[in-house]
Amino acid sequence: MAKYIVSSSPHITSKTTTQKIMLDVIIALIPATIASFLIYGLYPIFIMILSVGCAVTAEWLFNLVTKRQQSVRDLSAIVTGMILALNLPPVVPFYVPMVGSFFAIIIVKMLFGGIGRNFANPAITARIFLVLCWAGVMTRFVNPIDLSNGMNLFSYFENVVNINLPDAITSATPLAGVKEAIEAGGNPAAGLSALDMFLGRIGGSAGEVSTLAILIGALYLLIKRVIDWKIPVIYIGSVVVFTAIFFANSEYVGEYVWTYLLGGGLMFGAFFMATDYATSPKAPLAVCIYGIGLGFLTVIFRKFGSMSEGVSFAILLMNIVTPLLEKITPRIFGMKSKWETNGKKIGEWFKKVFSKKQKSEEKEAQNG
Amino acid sequence: MKGQFLSNKLGIVKNGILTSNPTFRLVLGMCPTLAVTTSAFNGLGMGLAATVVLICSNALVSLLRKVIPDKVRIPAYVLIIATFVTLLEMLLKKFIPTLYSALGIYLPLIVVNCIILARAEAFASMNKVGDSILDGLGMGLGFTLALVVMGFIREFLGAGTIFAGSLGDIEFGITQDAFPNYKLPDYSLSIFVLPAGGFLTLGILMAIVNYISDKNKEKKDKEHEAKLHRALEVAQAVENANTQKEEE
Repeated sequence: MAKYIVSSSPHITSKTTTQKIMLDVIIALIPATIASFLIYGLYPIFIMILSVGCAVTAEWLFNLVTKRQQSVRDLSAIVTGMILALNLPPVVPFYVPMVGSFFAIIIVKMLFGGIGRNFANPAITARIFLVLCWAGVMTRFVNPIDLSNGMNLFSYFENVVNINLPDAITSATPLAGVKEAIEAGGNPAAGLSALDMFLGRIGGSAGEVSTLAILIGALYLLIKRVIDWKIPVIYIGSVVVFTAIFFANSEYVGEYVWTYLLGGGLMFGAFFMATDYATSPKAPLAVCIYGIGLGFLTVIFRKFGSMSEGVSFAILLMNIVTPLLEKITPRIFGMKSKWETNGKKIGEWFKKVFSKKQKSEEKEAQNG
Repeated sequence: MKGQFLSNKLGIVKNGILTSNPTFRLVLGMCPTLAVTTSAFNGLGMGLAATVVLICSNALVSLLRKVIPDKVRIPAYVLIIATFVTLLEMLLKKFIPTLYSALGIYLPLIVVNCIILARAEAFASMNKVGDSILDGLGMGLGFTLALVVMGFIREFLGAGTIFAGSLGDIEFGITQDAFPNYKLPDYSLSIFVLPAGGFLTLGILMAIVNYISDKNKEKKDKEHEAKLHRALEVAQAVENANTQKEEE
């Protein structure tokens, strides 16, 4: 007789580990990192090294102090540090990524129980923390480096500690232009070229400017099945739809749609931050609500908010709603759907009430 | 007997300040806690104002506890508290106008402060006048302590000052005046004086307080267990000795 191994479920195991997934995300972030290097020189790389170093140190120190098992090896701190660095303006004082990384790892991640238990994406929360702390630094963007104009790759290192950037190198982001257009009523795409925005030759956060680089990284993640296509596609699609709705009475609807698509952190947020496992829902209906909510909030913040960008706030708010969305569970295989059972219950209740009424009427008739 | 009496009374005060601190343990009166603590001085003023009202209202509620009918006790408490708050508001307006304007709407809002109503309902309406006054003092001081700690942290991190407006505006470290030609960077984490920073500070402080009290409880449980264990061992030994004797 053949030998059978008797064991309890689960019977199918996968070789996927947290470490492997995080490694895939790191690989997917490399194109955006290279793009930030090509556009803004070496300074963003310096910021990224600081950010990643501080994130890893913070996690290591926290585990050491609280006597927990070291969790640095799962590489998630590196991912958080990289995403945070790519979310910052290319030229920020050196202490900004350090404070941001410590906040992201210790307050948002480790205090809530470490990886998988954070209530919101650590990098996005740290970015919002920094925006609220140093609004001036976090909303001042620089021009791409122009090598023919006497600048070199180290040009921006003069501003390591300077919080007040000279006006000569600052630039407005495309979305700031759109914001002005909303208020003044002009053409939002005036002076912008779609190709420049697609390649990243504009002002903006270090990692979010080059849509091309982000799409290459995202494609890698989709092929490796690290992320699901649903959240980014629904998010970006609903941004398009809601922009068309909110600007329907403007004569530049088309311009608004493509500047909102290519400008700001929409692509980066949709592929790398909204899809965080711990803070995004799983059931199909919940994913739809999550994506549409993200798109709706992003357009609302961009059009009516005091800041020109709204992706980070939208993601944070929907992250907080995620536990409620998780209550929408898919139908368990072999069970009747909730609608069916609930419908049956309501039907029975009606029957009961109706039969009671009938009985009492009959009684009254008998008595009468 | 006298020592026990004293420790009993001290226990009531200590209960308010530490064991059931209104802000960190009972989580009462969150509205002024979050809104007023943008600076340590405001926190101190708010805490002391609430303490005065708390002691007075606890005393009066306790005095009238047999007179007030059960069904209308809440309106009666609110009336008593409102009287004292109005008095306090007038006094502050006359004698400390800076604090009066700093506290703004949150001063009249002491009327509906949960801590005061909760202590009137839970303590003053069931205990003697002396105990009620002590409870008011303890709870008020606990509230003040919490507000000052929160205000201190938020002010220090968010604005870079310590007790601004009370110590004659002493500035520490390097000041802008020393560098007339260079604008010093502003390192202060201004999120801490915004509402979000209030929630952040409160959450972290509450976590620390919970951690400490959990640790203390664990320690006490362990001591209790050790005592029980020892008692059991002694009982076992006695029983063994008894059986040995019987066998002999």
